[in-house]
Amino acid sequence: MSLMLSVHDLTMHYRIRKGDVSAVDHVSFDLAKGQSLGLVGESGCGKTSVAFTLMRLLPDNGVIKDGYVMIDGKDIVAMDYTDLLKMRWRKIAMVFQAAMNALNPVHTVGQQIAEAMELHLPNLNPAQMRERIAILFELVGLEPTLMDRYPHEFSGGMRQRAVIAMALSCSPDIIIADEPTTALDVIVQDRILKRIRELQRELNMAMIYISHDIAVIAEVSDRIGVMYAGRMAEMADATDIFAHPSHPYTYALMGAFPSIKGKRRDLKTLPGEPPDLLDPPPGCRFHPRCPYATDVCREKQPDFMPVDGVMRSDLTQGHYVACWHPLKGVTL
Amino acid sequence: MTTQAAYTDGTLVRVEGLKKHFPVGGGIFHRTKSHIYAVDDVNFAIQKGKSLGLVGESGCGKTTTGKMLTRLHDPTGGHIYLNDTELGQVDLAEVKGAQLKTFRRRVQMIFQDPYESLNPRRTIYDTVVEPLAVQGIGDLVEREERVANLLDLVGLTPADTFMFRFPHELSGGQRQRVAIARALVIDPAFIVADEPTSMLDVSIRIGVMQLMQELAEQFGVSYLYITHDLAVARYMCQDIAVMYLGKLVEMAETEELLAHPLHPYTQALISAVPIPDPRLQRETIDIKGGIAQPIDPPAHCRFYDRCPFADNFCRDNAHPPLEDKGDGHMVACYKV
Amino acid sequence: MSVATTTTSMRIIEPLWRVRMRLAWRSFKNGWDIFRENPVGLVGLGMIVFFGLMAVAHPILMATVWPAAVYDPFIGHDRDIIVHPAPPTWIPNAAQEIVSLSPLPPLRHILGTDPLGRDVLSQLMYSTQSEFALGIMAALVTVIVGTTLGAVTAYYGGVIDVLFMRIADVMNMLPFIAIMIVLSSMFDFQMLHLAVVYGILVGFGGNTIVIKSQALTIKVRAYIEAARVAGGSDWHIIFAHLVPNLLPLSFLFMMITVTNAIFIEAVLSFFGLINIRMSWGIMIQVTQAAGYLLASWKYWYLMFPAGLSISLLCSAFYLVGRAMDEVVNPRLRTR
Repeated sequence: MSLMLSVHDLTMHYRIRKGDVSAVDHVSFDLAKGQSLGLVGESGCGKTSVAFTLMRLLPDNGVIKDGYVMIDGKDIVAMDYTDLLKMRWRKIAMVFQAAMNALNPVHTVGQQIAEAMELHLPNLNPAQMRERIAILFELVGLEPTLMDRYPHEFSGGMRQRAVIAMALSCSPDIIIADEPTTALDVIVQDRILKRIRELQRELNMAMIYISHDIAVIAEVSDRIGVMYAGRMAEMADATDIFAHPSHPYTYALMGAFPSIKGKRRDLKTLPGEPPDLLDPPPGCRFHPRCPYATDVCREKQPDFMPVDGVMRSDLTQGHYVACWHPLKGVTL
Repeated sequence: MTTQAAYTDGTLVRVEGLKKHFPVGGGIFHRTKSHIYAVDDVNFAIQKGKSLGLVGESGCGKTTTGKMLTRLHDPTGGHIYLNDTELGQVDLAEVKGAQLKTFRRRVQMIFQDPYESLNPRRTIYDTVVEPLAVQGIGDLVEREERVANLLDLVGLTPADTFMFRFPHELSGGQRQRVAIARALVIDPAFIVADEPTSMLDVSIRIGVMQLMQELAEQFGVSYLYITHDLAVARYMCQDIAVMYLGKLVEMAETEELLAHPLHPYTQALISAVPIPDPRLQRETIDIKGGIAQPIDPPAHCRFYDRCPFADNFCRDNAHPPLEDKGDGHMVACYKV
Repeated sequence: MSVATTTTSMRIIEPLWRVRMRLAWRSFKNGWDIFRENPVGLVGLGMIVFFGLMAVAHPILMATVWPAAVYDPFIGHDRDIIVHPAPPTWIPNAAQEIVSLSPLPPLRHILGTDPLGRDVLSQLMYSTQSEFALGIMAALVTVIVGTTLGAVTAYYGGVIDVLFMRIADVMNMLPFIAIMIVLSSMFDFQMLHLAVVYGILVGFGGNTIVIKSQALTIKVRAYIEAARVAGGSDWHIIFAHLVPNLLPLSFLFMMITVTNAIFIEAVLSFFGLINIRMSWGIMIQVTQAAGYLLASWKYWYLMFPAGLSISLLCSAFYLVGRAMDEVVNPRLRTR
């Protein structure tokens, strides 16, 4: 398996009037070609911030403090703007949340996809461009004739597909999907989820799928990374993390999702609230809410270590957790 | 549970033939040409002490139904019978004026968006006391006590630190607790909850849902729980009703509905819900097309265009009525 | 168990009104902190304070240091000076310019005298009071009319909406100056009358339209529905929910109205179109009537102080309004 994306110790702050918000803190993960990683966590955990950092689409007050991001052997954190433009959309593309906001209402959808392609595929003439857009539309399940329509003429599900088509337009190696189905109805969501998974496999793209919904993540990801308060709490293969959750937060998170299948079990609350990242708690950021916290948890930040103790060359395999007292032998 | 049950058996609310049609176009100078049949001939009942989940996708009419029960919308037709220990039996669809204001003490609502349902310029105290103030209940001291009471009950303790804060100082979960306190402060008989947890974080959601259940038990309040999330409805409600394009297509006890869905739409809906466990597989039942707008719908079954089992009989006859297929499991389908 | 019968362990110690005062003070302090950071606002506020002091100082000076015979803004006349208008007495070469019976102390006329022999500074300071009164009264009328109308038309819609929007259109189209001329010829117009008329015309006009559109966005918020579910009447919702949320926008209109009212008055007075007795505009009008307006820079003290005061006070309110924008609209605050 070749390594497509390598993120190491990525740290990013937002600078606001009151101080620095520690939105992403020493996050590491790797992605192999064709592998799909699901980043799950609640609002404010940093998963969307990670996505924007990888795309280098941070606002003016977003500052990368530490770490590197290697795509195809080049560090995009250190890259200058012109090289970055070449890389963006060609190597790594993003499907944004709330598709309506990603589409400009005064241009046709086809025009917008063409705009994305013009920069990276300058050799195409307009006729070839249209042909390519038609292929993309078919790929995502849209009628090619729709490319000359405006966004408001599309339904919610159709818009989301259009945004996916836009992300795929330059055949990226890595695709980031940021909660693409959150605003959609169940049946439409199901279809789009399926299509995304199929496309990812067909085109052998590496994918980072971001969501707060663990059910969606479970269906779409090969590997799952659980984030909390800007840090990666646990990361493992999907089946593994559900079968043997090691971080108390992961265990609590899974216990908080009602399901329509299986026994109607009692759900467990997690007391408290996620911390204010302007002034995060020392040591492990989960300790104020953790039922197993001890003194070391309150003082020292735990390292991201393999559960079985085996150090591997990259993080595309294996089960990792950042906890001083990882749970052993629990299942849901 | 049947729609014909007399209200002496513990039925709190009985909805019959409820309709809401919105005119499209029109105004002072144009004649209205067509209507949106947002809610069309809906019948259900809510039992005392139990909660009914109203489930469906966007545009199915569940929110409009909920708003009619609180008279935020005036029904175009039908009846909403409320059986109240003090006020006797009242048709909520018909009351007006002072009587309407009195009945509002019996039905309250919790809204979806915790950020929008509180007035940003008013303190928490002002927000929670508003129903009491508007209804003229109690004097100033009694009202303050009642509000403090309720803040304690919903978990915002110590009450005096929360009473005089503003909404922007509270988190989403805390704001929703304030909304719950406000809904309970005048001691209603039942509460319409319109997707109260869908905008909250997952770990906060459970706390709020559990709180709602505890309070329901403690004060004997019933919920009409509106949601698009079947899993949440399963957790909160004893009975579930499924709506599609303004019509009720299926209604049964929760576990029975989830284990043996009879209507093709319900089956498709259940099969489309993602499962939070990668070890379990699921097969989606594919229904074609998307949700249409309920504008001037055809007379036949609303689900005809998308149903995998539809045939000429379905096309040539009116929309099927809700029928009991045994043990109170109601379905509106000719093919079952 | 009913909600009414459960009890709490908390005893209410602090009376409600005191809590509300504490909260009001806290939000005022908050607003002040944000306002303070903006130099634009502080400059404007400084100027307003300066003019305020001027207005307050006049009666004090009249009562103590300034004899009425010389310094009364209407009928004062300095008999020691033979030729009026006379330049300011502290200017070094004044002795040559001023034809007077005896040498004058330098602070006698800090801004000189006008063609009728009245002290310019006294007129300036006296007028400040009425300028403030004009501005604030016009602003209050505008805000009350505009906010109430905006809220009511947005809330009820339908016929009421159409009616008041057409009235607003008419108001916007009316030639303001022509109306003022007509009204002025029919009645004895003072500053306050002008303020009320101006306030009403603006209040029914463009103001209402903008506030109404803001009110429309508020009307659909969930807390309005919640108030209705609680049993709130239409008036309760309008005045307890809509209007308080409209006040920030109204406040900005208030500032702009003050600016416009002062300026309009100056223009009308300058053209002699209204018969107000004394104002900055009247000071300039007197200068013009006596032929000294465009005479030469020698007579700068006749129009420059008045003109500058108008500009400064107008700008002051405008600047404060701009700085207040950040305070009342949390989204504009720089992070």
